Amino acid sequence: MWNSLFPNIEMQNLWVATYETFYMTIFSLIGTFIFGILLGLLLYLTMKGGIWQNKFLNMIVASIVNIFRAIPFIILILLLFPFTDFLIGTIRGPNAALPALIIGSAPFYGRLVEIALKEVDKGVIEAAKSMGAKTRTIIFRVLLPESMPALVSGITVTAINLIGYTAMAGVIGAGGLGNYAYFFGFQRREFDVVFVCTVLIVLIVFLFQFIGDYISNKIDKR
Amino acid sequence: MISIKGLTKTFATPSNRITAVDDLTLDIKEGEIFGVIGYSGAGKSTFVRLLNRLEEPSAGQVTIDNQDITALNSNQLRLTRQEIGMIFQHFNLLWSRTVKDNIAFPLEISGVAKQERDKRVQELINLVGLTGREDAYPSQLSGGQKQRVGIARALANRPKVLLCDEATSALDPETTNSILDLLVDINAKLDLTIILITHEMHVIRKICNQVAVMEEGKIVEQGDVLNVFRHPKQQVTQKFVEQVMGTSEEHGDVDELVNRYDSGKIVKLHFIGESANQALISQVAKLFDIDINILQGKITQMQQGAYGTLFVQIDGEKAEIDSAIAYITEETSVEVEVLRNVE
Repeated sequence: MWNSLFPNIEMQNLWVATYETFYMTIFSLIGTFIFGILLGLLLYLTMKGGIWQNKFLNMIVASIVNIFRAIPFIILILLLFPFTDFLIGTIRGPNAALPALIIGSAPFYGRLVEIALKEVDKGVIEAAKSMGAKTRTIIFRVLLPESMPALVSGITVTAINLIGYTAMAGVIGAGGLGNYAYFFGFQRREFDVVFVCTVLIVLIVFLFQFIGDYISNKIDKR
Repeated sequence: MISIKGLTKTFATPSNRITAVDDLTLDIKEGEIFGVIGYSGAGKSTFVRLLNRLEEPSAGQVTIDNQDITALNSNQLRLTRQEIGMIFQHFNLLWSRTVKDNIAFPLEISGVAKQERDKRVQELINLVGLTGREDAYPSQLSGGQKQRVGIARALANRPKVLLCDEATSALDPETTNSILDLLVDINAKLDLTIILITHEMHVIRKICNQVAVMEEGKIVEQGDVLNVFRHPKQQVTQKFVEQVMGTSEEHGDVDELVNRYDSGKIVKLHFIGESANQALISQVAKLFDIDINILQGKITQMQQGAYGTLFVQIDGEKAEIDSAIAYITEETSVEVEVLRNVE
């Protein structure tokens, strides 16, 4: 049955490709989370009326974010080849995809973090100030915990973008389901491979969405 | 305790400059409940934020407990703020923390050890009457309970001063009263100086000793609450007093009263902070052989006792009536005005 419907699928290849997609998504997600929060905090804290109000720094960070968000991902990968080569020592395989994936999605997530932080009640920040809180305390005990549900929904949206990016990276040699679908499916005209890869990617997207929604609801005590 | 000199705050907008607080000078004694009343836009909220420098003053000086707040650098200010509690109109609790953890927050900030923190938090929960709600989240509490958490949180580091920024304005009248009772209670128990901002004269009447009336950034009238109620000088103050006492028209025509009841004496009793002889009417009726008929009036309870006027008809032997009036005049602080004598 399986063999007649999907004659060209090799389980070993499919398994490796799925594993690589997860690998790239999860590690780039961790990197995106860290850098995105940093960028979002910088944008939020240096904005007008912010704790570290600084027009110049805000403009610099905002420009970097905007530029990297404007570059189409497929071009960003090509652009980053020398950097990737320097950092990872190769431009092929899942590890080589990570710098481009993180640089491509961290600015996007940074904007989402900025929006989430802006939603934190100003009164609560003021209350913390009136208690004599340090900026560090305000960031780690007020801003981040109070915006956590939005930060989690933001990282969920970003994760789904990232899954799409890993497929694009796959086409130019990063591995994963995108790679498998393109080289084995498209180029050899074995469309059952393309189909199975598509179904798997959709399932992975659903899985991330489900986990993200679950955590976000669980921690939202409003 | 708190001394404010020439305190000024101006905001620059693109088109003009707004003076929110205008050269304000004020002294607040230790243990006092000091009320500041004004309509919205009078600058009272800005004023209270200047006291702990949530707003930076444009000019002037604030001294709290011999410490010049306006001269502190940012680190000193941070430490001093830990000794000044503040509660807010919208409570400003962290929704991500339970009641217990919200109250523990200022203790975390001031670096109190975990064990001591838990002990202090439990004390505070009992003090504000939230026993049993320790593990609830703010979203599961009513407005009054939220403000109780706010009060407990503000008291956590044993402050000498408590700033209340419209602390009861988001609450219904009944809850407002229970929160005000709690404030009076902690004022007495902890010998805490309380500065309270409000637009409701009812709040001033109920718990304050001193009141300042603000209008357009200035204090236009200030003094003992009873005195301000008795002789409101400014128009804005008169309006606020009417909020509680009603307008003079509502009292009706006194002449009509005098004409309708044709026997005995018609007397106006003016209560001004009488606290010792609250049962005045029944007392007088027992002591003297007279009948007292209450015609009309309004008495309200203030921090220093009863306040208001009562029109009564006193009937009986002329000599008995006279000695009853003499008794009220001499033994109590109630002022007596005879509107009509017995013919």
